Amino acid sequence: MVLAETAGAATGGLEFLWQQRGPFFSGLLGTVELSVVAGILATIIGLIVAAMRVSPIPALRVAGTAWSGFFRNTPLTLVFLATSVVLPLVGIRFAWADAIGVDTFFIFAVIALSTYTSCFVADAIRSGFNAVPVGQAEAARAVGMTFGQTLRLVVLPQALRSVLPPLASMYIAMIKNSAIAEFFNVGELTRFFDDQVRDHPEHLYAEFIAVAVGYIVLTLLVSGAFNLAERRLAVSR
Amino acid sequence: MTSVLYDNPGPAARRRVRFWTAVSVLALAAVVAFVIWQVARKGQLSAAMWSPFADPGLWRQLFDSLFATIKAALLSIVLALVLGAVLATGRLSDRAWLRWPAFVVIEFFRAVPLLLLILFGLFTWGPPLSFIGTAIGATPPDAFAALVVGLTLYNGSVLAEVFRAGINAVPRGQSEAAYALGMRKTAVMRMILAPQAIRMMLPAIVAQCVVALKDSALGFIVGYQELLSFGKRIYQGGADIWELPQPPVVTTLIVVVAIYIVINLLLSWLAAWLERRMSRSRKLAAAPLTAMQTGEEPVAAGPLGGGEPPK
Repeated sequence: MVLAETAGAATGGLEFLWQQRGPFFSGLLGTVELSVVAGILATIIGLIVAAMRVSPIPALRVAGTAWSGFFRNTPLTLVFLATSVVLPLVGIRFAWADAIGVDTFFIFAVIALSTYTSCFVADAIRSGFNAVPVGQAEAARAVGMTFGQTLRLVVLPQALRSVLPPLASMYIAMIKNSAIAEFFNVGELTRFFDDQVRDHPEHLYAEFIAVAVGYIVLTLLVSGAFNLAERRLAVSR
Repeated sequence: MTSVLYDNPGPAARRRVRFWTAVSVLALAAVVAFVIWQVARKGQLSAAMWSPFADPGLWRQLFDSLFATIKAALLSIVLALVLGAVLATGRLSDRAWLRWPAFVVIEFFRAVPLLLLILFGLFTWGPPLSFIGTAIGATPPDAFAALVVGLTLYNGSVLAEVFRAGINAVPRGQSEAAYALGMRKTAVMRMILAPQAIRMMLPAIVAQCVVALKDSALGFIVGYQELLSFGKRIYQGGADIWELPQPPVVTTLIVVVAIYIVINLLLSWLAAWLERRMSRSRKLAAAPLTAMQTGEEPVAAGPLGGGEPPK
């Protein structure tokens, strides 16, 4: 009896999900778009901040440390709120966004997510540089390599390998963090859950499991790609 | 200072560094000044905009909301420690029927966005669990319960992995010696592994408190009255209450950010201090048994020592 009811609810949930596949996949696409754009931007900002933090110029090191310290200790929700409230207030409204068919809220979300994530990218890259033993560069200089050669042939290849695992977990965290964008009017996967559960609370479990599976698939894709890259780059030491 | 990227500077390099320091200080100052000017231009940084924060009544309410934030974070960390211990025990069990469910639970709650868990909680566990919120006087109770349950499930799963890594990081000789003395698995875990692992994990646990405190700001989204929600109330109602020309958005956000950063920095320093203390005790313990003195490989040098040779 109970089994039959459960089976009935499950098929009902599946039927409902099939009907809602359009909004679901557009939500999934929204999460992917937000994560890819914010991920690229976060990597660029993170690289710059990491370069500042390992540079020989003290002022740049201090600025990089301040940037990291600020975002590391501020809640992402606050960064989102500040971006979506303060930027329009000072007159930054991204009028050009409408022209290329991009939602302003999406741009705010990208800015919040990428600046916040950049400090974790910077930390991952910096720890990669720190993991390279100083003797490696010293040996390279001793055999007469220039700074560029040392960096390109000795330091970067080793730093890159130890950077990949923390970078992967950071991108995964970013995909999960992109859920906060739902509150700031960005159409993405958690927004789909929030909308559906208000209109169809009877299918709560089906909606939750579908969205959870969506996120799990995305994070598995990222970790799979990074595992592949790690294996390609692996050397026996 | 030695770095993998550059040598100790000579006279020419020092001149170059001085030049670029001057250039970068100017550039950074220009960026900061531009941002401040942009905000100040709209009158957001005028004295009037700071006037709400001269009101002691506002600070009392601000501290109440900060207390609500800390309440949610602290309660969920305590619950997460319990959940994490249970999950880690299951994950480390010899029995597959305990190990696999623990693995699935840990991986699921780590892979799903915390906000999704909290929203799900708001729609399901909210009413049945609202007694948690009622008992502690939080409003609205459902949002509090959802927030705490979500934070507990996520942080519990993360801490379970921390615990597992900590237990696995105890040198194998420790448990082998205990087994050789005839201890059972439970006794080895309780008397040998857990006490050593907990000391090693303390910095990671404190660092997780920072994460929980930051994530408790998600309560803002589900309508729990915590620090960030109160900040929004200040700048939404502030213009009427204090008769300001415009909502004090920027000043309020600066104050709220400063509160979060101060608390988190204090927690981070605590974690760093614990870590330093621990590494110091490790060195002291390792001193009498260096490889040079015994002529052997420095495996399991101290009670906490890893068998890893220095790079």
